[in-house]
Amino acid sequence: MHSKQVRRRRLVLAVLVVISLILLTDYFGESPSSPLHTIQRGIVEVFSPIQQGASTVLSPVRDIGNWFSDTFKARSQVKQLKADNQKLVAELARARSALAENVQLSRLVGLDHSDSISSYHPVAANVISRDPIVWYLQIEVDRGSDDGIRVGDPVIGDGGLVGNVSTVGATYSEVTLITNHTMSEAAQVVDQKNDSGVLVPAVGDPNQLVMQYLPTNAQGIRTGNLVLTVGFKSGSLQDLYPPGIPIGTVTNFNQAALANNGTVHVSPVADLAHISVVQILTRPRARGVRAQLP
Amino acid sequence: MSISLSESWRLPVRLAILALLVVIIQEAALSQITIFGTSADLTPLVVMSVGLLAGSISGAIMGFGTGLLVDTVLFQTLGVTSLLYIAIGYWSGRLLELRDPSHGLVPMGVGAATTAFAGLGMALIQFLLGVDAPVSWLLLQQILVTVLVNTLIALPVYSFVRWVLRPVLPEDPRRRRRRAYTTGGLSPLEATAARARSRGRALTR
Repeated sequence: MHSKQVRRRRLVLAVLVVISLILLTDYFGESPSSPLHTIQRGIVEVFSPIQQGASTVLSPVRDIGNWFSDTFKARSQVKQLKADNQKLVAELARARSALAENVQLSRLVGLDHSDSISSYHPVAANVISRDPIVWYLQIEVDRGSDDGIRVGDPVIGDGGLVGNVSTVGATYSEVTLITNHTMSEAAQVVDQKNDSGVLVPAVGDPNQLVMQYLPTNAQGIRTGNLVLTVGFKSGSLQDLYPPGIPIGTVTNFNQAALANNGTVHVSPVADLAHISVVQILTRPRARGVRAQLP
Repeated sequence: MSISLSESWRLPVRLAILALLVVIIQEAALSQITIFGTSADLTPLVVMSVGLLAGSISGAIMGFGTGLLVDTVLFQTLGVTSLLYIAIGYWSGRLLELRDPSHGLVPMGVGAATTAFAGLGMALIQFLLGVDAPVSWLLLQQILVTVLVNTLIALPVYSFVRWVLRPVLPEDPRRRRRRAYTTGGLSPLEATAARARSRGRALTR
């Protein structure tokens, strides 16, 4: 009787482990259009309304929890933010002056300034689920193909770039954050020469980005410089992201790292850990043909 | 026959509802509350609690189901979390079957161990799958904070799972004995002691 129980227990364990390994191997080697992925999308499609409901119902709990967390965090940031504020007030005055000058000069050469965010047809979406594990870094939002969202659409929020849409269902979308290891973006540092490079997540640190391929002799880069999307266009190849969207600010600038490797560290502008509302740009190219993912 | 069949389904049905509920609460609310840069993870704690209460087979099956649900909902590689949670559920169940721990703080200790196992196991599997994120100090720090937070909430989670499963679990012999003592029933030890005392008295006479 006892040995029968032991055999049964071991059999159940072995069967479960084997099923898991088969799923893992099969899923890992499959393309996104394969049966396992399709089944997964179907299940998420069913789950999505339940998650939306749960997210709404549980929002007071979430808000209370975040209030405590934010209070502790805010207390430690007051001093730093006061210093930043003083610096930004001075920068704002300079920027306003530059903007006025820019408008005048633009009128002079006939440039069009209508490419604001609204011209990219943003769709507001609520975050309904979040990956708690440091490895995947993605969020699920409550808007999908029914709202005109497609794979590859840029996602912005909290004053900066958040990521792009990686999976779309009828009523939900999965957004891969810019700190995910699969992401990289063309970006430029707002310095004297607008030096550009490629922004990738810092290996081993999901809250940091690294800007690579900068000119090693770049002079104007300093801690606090803003980093923006480039929105390049080269023949038929176009950037997924519109130009001028803030991505982050240069942190812990190290001249030696720039001179040796052409890299600087960047902190995302958007608070990706707390973001609850995002905007999906459904027409990333305000005019002309948009970039397409394969 | 129909009564016994419905009774045999009561535990799996409760486990399935519990898994569904926990995954939804985790993804829709808890994972969006950050504490020192990370968030509590209920799922390994629930799997651990099921193992500690219902045994190794139920624990392993619960681990498989919950892990699969987490992977599906989060668009992760299917099977990764299942593999880890099977181990958590199975070994928590084996702990119950082999040691039958009675101390009230056992869920805290096992909760901490299972959370650490889940965090480090996930890191190892991701490393083997080729994710470009080697173990860093920040990652270890996040795992440590999650372990700390999960240790604090392990007891309430265990109590909740026990409350959900108690009506469908086979009666715990320890609880039965304890009830017999408090309601005036004789424990086998007391009966033996009473017999020995009366025998001693007879001999002295």
